[in-house]
Amino acid sequence: MDTLVIAGKAYASRLLVGTGKYQDFAQTRAAIDASGARIVTVAIRRTNIGQNAGEPSLLDFVPPEQFTYLPNTAGCYSADDAVRTLRLARELLDGHHLVKLEVLGDPHTLYPNVVETLAAARVLVKDGFDVMVYTSDDPIIAKQLEDIGCVAVMPLASLIGSGMGILNPWNLQIIIDTVKVPVLVDAGVGTASDAAIAMELGCDGILMNTAIAGAKNPVLMASAMKKAVEAGREAYLAGRMPKKLYSAAPSSPTTGLIS
Amino acid sequence: MMTLTINGNARSFEASAFTVAQLVGQMGLEGKRIAIERNGEIVPRAMFGETPLVSGDKLEIVGAVGGG
Repeated sequence: MDTLVIAGKAYASRLLVGTGKYQDFAQTRAAIDASGARIVTVAIRRTNIGQNAGEPSLLDFVPPEQFTYLPNTAGCYSADDAVRTLRLARELLDGHHLVKLEVLGDPHTLYPNVVETLAAARVLVKDGFDVMVYTSDDPIIAKQLEDIGCVAVMPLASLIGSGMGILNPWNLQIIIDTVKVPVLVDAGVGTASDAAIAMELGCDGILMNTAIAGAKNPVLMASAMKKAVEAGREAYLAGRMPKKLYSAAPSSPTTGLIS
Repeated sequence: MMTLTINGNARSFEASAFTVAQLVGQMGLEGKRIAIERNGEIVPRAMFGETPLVSGDKLEIVGAVGGG
């Protein structure tokens, strides 16, 4: 079976999904189920104190016993905040140390700050975390993150929440060619064809949230994304035919024609 | 009387001495999946009962929420 292997562990799906921006927890769960994802990202936030202590939580609908939680550092703008957040996440999830590091540089574009990202990655790897790292599509930075010891490198296709698709497939191609750990496109996918193209390029997986949660019918889009990732992966493994402007080799026999 | 800053808000308590575990119970967070940082240092869950709080302590109490 073709599995995604991260830090020595195999996962049945190459599609990783976020759990934010859904109408409610029931829809979150239905979309995750339709996507087939085995790894789901979660954010770490201050608990509401003294308000509705009994209200349902994400954990009731998406139990960490059934899915691999990937706590993120969304909203962190410094290496220190990101490290602090993931140490809290590790405590929260009983020592679970597979995490998604992202350090943002600007609240308007949500573009990653790779300088802070590199600094945080060094501390986290040293501290025993398995770091899946969100970064720009700069191949040199991607390689440096691998050299630091990150278990997966996750370049953007385009900006977080933009749905603009893959803006620079050539940079992604260079990253895929130069980095040995899994490369996952994280952010920017807008619709199923974007996911298929990323997988056809040779990406090991895709992480998305808004493309599913922001669709008119999130559960149906989750199903579409599952198929797109699988189709793109199979096409990559199959090896596409070479592109030619035209072909002198038709698919039907050139002999036996009536005259 | 003790004042604690919890998740950025100052809160006053009648009692003058209690532990992290007692605070968690008082706030209805017992059994919830939370993590606590006290003055920048994580308090492991197993240590809640043995970690006393002092007036002026800054606490962060966090949980997992939906995110991408």
